[in-house]
Amino acid sequence: MAVPLSYSWRNLARRRLTTALTAGGMALVVFVFAATLMLAEGLRQTLVATGSPHNAILLRKGSETEVQSGIERWAAGIVQTSPEIAPGQDGLPLVARELLVLIGLPKKGKATIANVPVRGVEAASLGLRSSFRLVRGRLPRPGSTEVLIGAAVARGFAEVDVGQALQFAQARWPIVGVFDTAGSGFGSEVWGDVEVLMQAFRRQAFSTVVLRLRDDAALDSLQARLAADPRLQVDVFRETAFYEKQSEMMATFLRVLGVSLTVIFSVGAMIGAMITMYSAVATRIAEIGALRALGFGRGEILLAFLLEALLLGLLGGAAGLLAASLLTQFTFSTTNFQTFSELAFTFRLTPGIASLCLGFAACMGAVGGLLPAVRAARLSIVEALRGA
Amino acid sequence: MQEPLLRIRNLAKQYRRGEQDIPVLTDITLDIMPGDFLALMGPSGSGKSTLLNCIAGIDQADAGEILFRGEDLTQLTESELAAWRSQHVGFIFQFYNLIPVLTAQENVELPLLLTDLSARERRDHAVAALAAVGLADRLDHYPGQLSGGQQQRVAIARAVVADPDLLVADEPTGDLDRASAEEVLTLMERLNAELGKTIVMVTHDPKAAERARKLIHLDKGELWADTAAARAGAREAEPHAAPQTPGP
Repeated sequence: MAVPLSYSWRNLARRRLTTALTAGGMALVVFVFAATLMLAEGLRQTLVATGSPHNAILLRKGSETEVQSGIERWAAGIVQTSPEIAPGQDGLPLVARELLVLIGLPKKGKATIANVPVRGVEAASLGLRSSFRLVRGRLPRPGSTEVLIGAAVARGFAEVDVGQALQFAQARWPIVGVFDTAGSGFGSEVWGDVEVLMQAFRRQAFSTVVLRLRDDAALDSLQARLAADPRLQVDVFRETAFYEKQSEMMATFLRVLGVSLTVIFSVGAMIGAMITMYSAVATRIAEIGALRALGFGRGEILLAFLLEALLLGLLGGAAGLLAASLLTQFTFSTTNFQTFSELAFTFRLTPGIASLCLGFAACMGAVGGLLPAVRAARLSIVEALRGA
Repeated sequence: MQEPLLRIRNLAKQYRRGEQDIPVLTDITLDIMPGDFLALMGPSGSGKSTLLNCIAGIDQADAGEILFRGEDLTQLTESELAAWRSQHVGFIFQFYNLIPVLTAQENVELPLLLTDLSARERRDHAVAALAAVGLADRLDHYPGQLSGGQQQRVAIARAVVADPDLLVADEPTGDLDRASAEEVLTLMERLNAELGKTIVMVTHDPKAAERARKLIHLDKGELWADTAAARAGAREAEPHAAPQTPGP
């Protein structure tokens, strides 16, 4: 049987200060690691939540973002008659032609201007976004210049609230309401009447067509039918898949940044753990000699010290994770480099990220503790006993 | 005639220091009978601790044999030796070598972790061993909370808990005041007389050596005759082996 776990654990508890300092170093690394992963996950979840699995979105062939896309009025007309579209509550096909343009607005408390997407919507657009909820004010009158702003826009930008007005495209756009869509990316947008916006921006084409699919199989048949139509040059995506793709570049960038930073930091933390464990071995040489004399083998000594380092790592990991979990209380906004628009989102901690961080911390501990543990295991019994 | 517990034949060992080979043990031949209480004396550097370490299976000789009930220890691999030690040898060290983060009871249980006993049996054995050394009321004390004499008694409980045939003690009273030393020696006498444990003890202390049944004197790696002659030799050769100064 191995040296009891309590031996490793109590030795950590005994040298409280050293343990706290070493674990603190590892906690910092885990904090950075967890924070970047949580940021990437928050971004992904926000954009995925923006879409609905029951909706399909049509863009011009080859367009990667809504801003790049353009669908002519006649082409949208062809799509609107597709049999794959589910009817709305009014019995009419639940399909909306939308426009997406970017405008600049000053951020609250800063001198900087950030891009805000303005979405031209139709009546059906609200039905297509089941999480849509009017928080304050009222809906705009159809055909007017009145606009709604997302909750994140209301929070993050200066002088935007119900009763005030936005200035863009040489017109004044009174804000009549604030809406929320359960933390999705729409919350970072301004919504107005699509036809009015088309005229204001002198656009001939819509950006996208969004529609509710009749059933799960409808996407495939819609894709096949539209692809076979020689008049149309469109790509059809499930809305969730489309928005998830929007987060890919940014999320990957964040993950690469986070992992590279933490790999560099972790070298420092591992050296810290190594120094701590070397000194732990040095002060316990006589103990190790006694354990070996009693009949515990080299492997058991190795394991005991490795376990101690592993526990040290886990302790740091848990502390770092705990600190990182506090970040979920805050909402951050940043520019999504794929769409160049401002996007508000929160840090998201998932069980996957938590176990990854703890695993990473345990690895740091084990790697740092390996050489000292090997040294402990390799001591000759007689020399170790003499070290008393 | 009774078979010896340990039969040591032509044992030799040397240390290498730089270019020089320094002999520590030269051609030691010795029988240790079951139930012996043997004191090994000799000046510093005489090789007595090295001999004890070889007998206890924690050091390897360069030549010769150590037969334990006919089994040659010098032929065992490191892990076989570890298993042999856990079954047959109990250790008593000068500085007790208890694990500071484990309680008295947990320290005593350590050797039992290498047996098949259940957790409950281990606990019962440890409690019984501590009771036998008069520390039944100190089970949950950590070594740091015990006096030197008490720590050495915990160490003795640890040494006997797995019921080994052989106890090896390296200066067991070397770190103790006279009163504690007497207690420890009395305990060892009892283990020898009542439980029939074979004890090999290295000591500088003539008073401790007097409690042993046999005395062996080592000088420059060679063995002197035992009993009365050795006793006289020991006193002569070791005028500096004064009684221990009382501990703090």
